[in-house]
Amino acid sequence: MKKVLKKYINIYQDLSDDFAKNGNQKVFEYRNEALKKFKQNGIPDKNDENYKYTGIEKIFENDYEYFPDAKQSFVDINEYFKCEIGDMDTHVVLLSNGSYYEKNKPIEDLPEGVIICGLNEAMNKYPEIFDKYYNQHASEINDGFVSLNTMLANDGLFIFIPENTKLNKTIQLINLTHGFGNKSLFKRNLFIIEENSELSLIVCDHTLNNSNNFVVDVTESHIGKKSVFKYYALQNEPKKSSVINNHFITLEEYSKVNSLILSLHGGIIRNNIYAKLSGEYSHVKLYGLGLADNNQIFDNYTFIDHKVPNCKSNELYKNILDDSALTAFAGRIIVRPDAQKTEAFQTNNNISLTSGAKVRTKPQLEIYADDVKCSHGATIGQLDKDALFYLRSRGINAKEARLMLMFAFANDILLEIDVEPLRNRMSDLINSRLRGELPGCSHCLQGCHK
Amino acid sequence: MEKEQDKVLREVTQSEYKYGFVTDIDTDEIPIGLTEETVRSISGKKNEPDWLLEFRLKAFEKWKTMKMPDWAHLNIPEINYQDIIYYSAPKQKPSLKSIDDIDPEIKNTFDKLGIPLDEQKRLSGVAVDAVMDSISVKTTFQEALAEKGIIFCSFSEAVQEHPDLVKKYMGSIVPYSDNYFAALNSAVFSDGSFCYIPKGVRSPMELSTYFRINAGNTGQFERTLIIADEDSFVSYMEGCTAPMRDENQLHAAIVEIIAHKNAEVKYATVQNWYPGNKEGKGGIYNFVTKRGLCKGNNSKISWVQVETGSAITWKYPSTILKGDNSVSEFYSVAVTNNFQQADTGTKMIHLGKNTSSTIISKGISAGKSSNSYRGLVKVAEKAENSRNFSQCDSLLLGDKCGAHTFPYIEVDNDSSIVEHEATTSKISEEQIFYCNQRGISTEDAIGLIVNGYAKEVINRLPMEFAVEAQKLLQISLEGSVG
Repeated sequence: MKKVLKKYINIYQDLSDDFAKNGNQKVFEYRNEALKKFKQNGIPDKNDENYKYTGIEKIFENDYEYFPDAKQSFVDINEYFKCEIGDMDTHVVLLSNGSYYEKNKPIEDLPEGVIICGLNEAMNKYPEIFDKYYNQHASEINDGFVSLNTMLANDGLFIFIPENTKLNKTIQLINLTHGFGNKSLFKRNLFIIEENSELSLIVCDHTLNNSNNFVVDVTESHIGKKSVFKYYALQNEPKKSSVINNHFITLEEYSKVNSLILSLHGGIIRNNIYAKLSGEYSHVKLYGLGLADNNQIFDNYTFIDHKVPNCKSNELYKNILDDSALTAFAGRIIVRPDAQKTEAFQTNNNISLTSGAKVRTKPQLEIYADDVKCSHGATIGQLDKDALFYLRSRGINAKEARLMLMFAFANDILLEIDVEPLRNRMSDLINSRLRGELPGCSHCLQGCHK
Repeated sequence: MEKEQDKVLREVTQSEYKYGFVTDIDTDEIPIGLTEETVRSISGKKNEPDWLLEFRLKAFEKWKTMKMPDWAHLNIPEINYQDIIYYSAPKQKPSLKSIDDIDPEIKNTFDKLGIPLDEQKRLSGVAVDAVMDSISVKTTFQEALAEKGIIFCSFSEAVQEHPDLVKKYMGSIVPYSDNYFAALNSAVFSDGSFCYIPKGVRSPMELSTYFRINAGNTGQFERTLIIADEDSFVSYMEGCTAPMRDENQLHAAIVEIIAHKNAEVKYATVQNWYPGNKEGKGGIYNFVTKRGLCKGNNSKISWVQVETGSAITWKYPSTILKGDNSVSEFYSVAVTNNFQQADTGTKMIHLGKNTSSTIISKGISAGKSSNSYRGLVKVAEKAENSRNFSQCDSLLLGDKCGAHTFPYIEVDNDSSIVEHEATTSKISEEQIFYCNQRGISTEDAIGLIVNGYAKEVINRLPMEFAVEAQKLLQISLEGSVG
């Protein structure tokens, strides 16, 4: 680990002159602060309570190259890649190896004041908005990976929705990793929704190469008063990918956030969500579904901070495990002193199909106020034998019956998607995933997997 | 309403710790501090065989290399281990044949605590081993138990009389290298209880140990070893109190339980060490390692604990379910008030097939206290068809206290079912209102509700302890609801 630490510190030191010269000075200050923190905290490993199940050591068995400027692409990605959601018209934005893709089709008919652009562009073009929100929430957390991202990330997606604005279409962000060689990528997104506005976003992660990739993403979302933010992420990565995803969400008064992460495929996937309820009557809902097989590791960590009274949080995370997969869930909820009338509910259900599969779950409630309703529940079990028998006795074969039950288990999460075409698409994906018909590279139009 | 509650709250927080007296008796102490010499001198005083001295020295060496754990949700002030007297024994005649030989002051102490040391009180039907400071004072009913082949005596007596058993089992469940406090205890333990139930014997009475810290500046380090041979049964109880002192005192104990094939051990604790005053001054630091091993098939170990005392509690009674079909239960009520801190829970390690465990934990926090449940349920790959049900509830009384839950669940096979649920709540205004309108005062209503909340656990206690536990709950909490 020390070697890795040193490597990234060296990479940063080589780049820091460039960072100082070009671009936003505030961001440069943040980078240097992050470097200090990174040196202090290092890269988390299995001795780190928060990362003990993630298998970080496994990630660094490989060596990763870092390309500071990966914008150049010689082919038009749009020609060999598509990620369409049937019956659904979306604004598509592509990030190619972590950089805002220069051949992105310009998005037309956006309401006035809405900004959708690359993060790098935003930090120089709109510093008055950017500086107010960038690295405000993320810097509160001591985590080696977040520091690493703050040090090195230079691009990603920037969305700004001014007050009283609603987009007529969902935005679809496609993170594409491609090209030769083992890569390490550090993407940074910043979403700002001002008062009384609405944004829904679909994030699809795809990898087109057959290399080992190591991705550390940080997304900061600031949700203003009475605004609504819907975030759907679809993770369909090949076995060789290691993804560490961090989402920082700040909620103001009366705001609502729905976050749903569907993990279909991946090598090691770690999702960290930090939700800060800092305005009264705000409500956050976090959902996650993981379908893990082979020796995949899906690790979800959520941290909900009830800072003020009268807020609500709901969490539902489900996993189905096959072969020798491992899934972990750690849900930390803090109810701060005086955050009275808080309601915080958390559930984690797991179905384990084989005896080699490993489930780890760790709810964590810290409550410092007395007038609260909080609960958490966790179960680990198998498919219900009585239900299987019921289906079999009605002439459904064993395989179908098992599939039906698994699908029903997953369906609880799907029901939380209120956009119908998206729900149908996700339901199809889950269906084919459960049947083992969905490879990690299904969106590539080259068709090499067929 | 508000005013009445404030009044009640004040009354409760000011209620005195009723076991806080000091008994003035001569003690035999060794010099303050901890060195290899201390360890040797404790061992020498107890005339211990060489193998035990070696065990102590190895533990001491290990302890020196270890660091105090800091992962618990506790704020532990720095402990100066050189500022503690590691051995303090009431001066007494070399051997005691009857109750009359006990120093009358000691006898008075235990009378005040209501412990039936007097063998005349046969009606109570409890065999007691009383441990004052570090030394076992008197074990009652020894002869009656010996008829059945049951060995129930102080640990030092067992070392002298039954060295084979002690040597075979001591440290087999909690090795001296297990953790910081276990290493410390293994190096300096002074006494404790030893209990052996032979094959096929059901203990005819409850066995009980009463621990009392008396002298100032001392730490108490006792060890309990319970061995239940095949097809045997024993129910064992433990209670603890200490005087009120301004400084903090350290208590680091080890309990080891072994249940062989078809054996059953019930282990109950009512822990009521001095919790410190209402400003959080003084009180006992209670760092205890308790672990049981269901060694044989169909064995059973159940833990019941009522934790109301101690300034800081760090305690995780655990069971390793090694034998097939073995069963373990953990029932706990932990109450914290004022500035008390508790981080307590259990570990259930399933290794054998068809093993099952149940965890019921009820935390109650009041005042400015902090109360955490921390637990682990681990199901190994070969522990097929294992079953666990856990429930940990927290009740918050007052808006300055904290209640936390940290359950860990690790499952490695596909035939086991593990369920966990937890809730945190306060006593609702509706519940109080319901009682009020039926003529029950707010204070009584709270007592009623709290006792109802804890009933599931208290019902598991042996009768004698259940009454005491219920009273303790009343004293610790009644009315302290905001």
